Amino acid sequence: MKIAIASGKGGTGKTTVATNLAQLAASQGYQVAYIDCDVEAPNGHLFLRPDITSDDTVHVTVPDIDPTRCNHCGVCAHFCQFNALLCLPGEVLLFPELCHSCGGCQLICPQQCISEREREIGQCQIGKAGQVDFVSGRLNIGEAKSPPLIHQVKKQAPETDLMLIDAPPGTSCPVVESLRDCDFVVLVTEPTPFGLHDLTLAAEMVQLLGIPCGVVINRSAENDEATLAYCNSRRIPVLACLPDNRKAAEAYSRGELIAQSLPSFNQPFTTLLERLLQQTKHTGSPQQRCHP
Amino acid sequence: MKIAITAQGNTPDSAVDPRFGRAAWLLIHDDSNDAWECIDNAAGRDTAHGAGIQAAQKVADQQAETLLTGAIGPKAFASLQAAKIRIFHGAKGTALEALEAFKAGQLKEASEMDATGGV
Repeated sequence: MKIAIASGKGGTGKTTVATNLAQLAASQGYQVAYIDCDVEAPNGHLFLRPDITSDDTVHVTVPDIDPTRCNHCGVCAHFCQFNALLCLPGEVLLFPELCHSCGGCQLICPQQCISEREREIGQCQIGKAGQVDFVSGRLNIGEAKSPPLIHQVKKQAPETDLMLIDAPPGTSCPVVESLRDCDFVVLVTEPTPFGLHDLTLAAEMVQLLGIPCGVVINRSAENDEATLAYCNSRRIPVLACLPDNRKAAEAYSRGELIAQSLPSFNQPFTTLLERLLQQTKHTGSPQQRCHP
Repeated sequence: MKIAITAQGNTPDSAVDPRFGRAAWLLIHDDSNDAWECIDNAAGRDTAHGAGIQAAQKVADQQAETLLTGAIGPKAFASLQAAKIRIFHGAKGTALEALEAFKAGQLKEASEMDATGGV
């Protein structure tokens, strides 16, 4: 079962939810994998502290133009929709970071002088954090596109009962790549106007992808009426409310799992895990509400 | 000699567009017969990435040797340099005024250090 933890807005607590759930599920005897797909800023390792057993370089393919056979006709450059190629009278310039590895230039070249070569875009680390299988990607600095790396990172994930995918923030391609093939999406939000706005965008994206979802309200206090009303109107179940607590922030800043360091968080996370397992068993079950 | 000027409209009286890749129009002035040609850069304006490269391709396709604009990005700089197109930046006013300023030697040629306008 694949569950993605996503949020429209950065900094709402995706990694907190994903790492704590992973650790909790493992302690209850589930076979769990935690997959950090936030490859531009991976931070799951700070909390799970895995022992890394393999660290592989991830490549994408880019065109390799044979200058001895190229006659600078420009067909490849005008074909490329991503502006990765520039044809000048004397040479063809490649901007590899713009290339989407579609291979179209290779197919269309009248001189058939384009082949493929590999280009490094990042790293994929695999390890073990206690009983939790850990996989994480790290995009190289300056790279513009993370989906190919996210795709590779997901492919490295071992077969487990429960796979928790820590998605990047936002609603763009990297998030869609992370959510692809998932059985359920947990949308983490915070009860602020910004949080609600971005939750709306994220919920619409998940609906377009056709994946069932539920909401976790993080830093919940007396101010989550608007969020609850939104979830109610859209029939999105609220799976858990994690209370706003300074001690949780302090534990987070020390790189601790809050469900472990703060006994008061054990219960909400246990309930969340139970509800998630229920949700994914019978999707479309009646809405559940919770109040801290 | 052909000179390319980025402009917000399609006439020599249009204001210079300070952007290169996402300029509204690319005006090409031909010195030899004092003719103007205008190229719609709508495609570059709306592209997600590589607007500067696409615009450089258009300027190179027109066989312009010189470009007058506001500031350019690093990929556009690399593209134009490879195409051996000289870049003059800090163009202001209308396209015609920028051309006159260039001819009077008032525009500064871009170097690797300052081509991107401090970006």
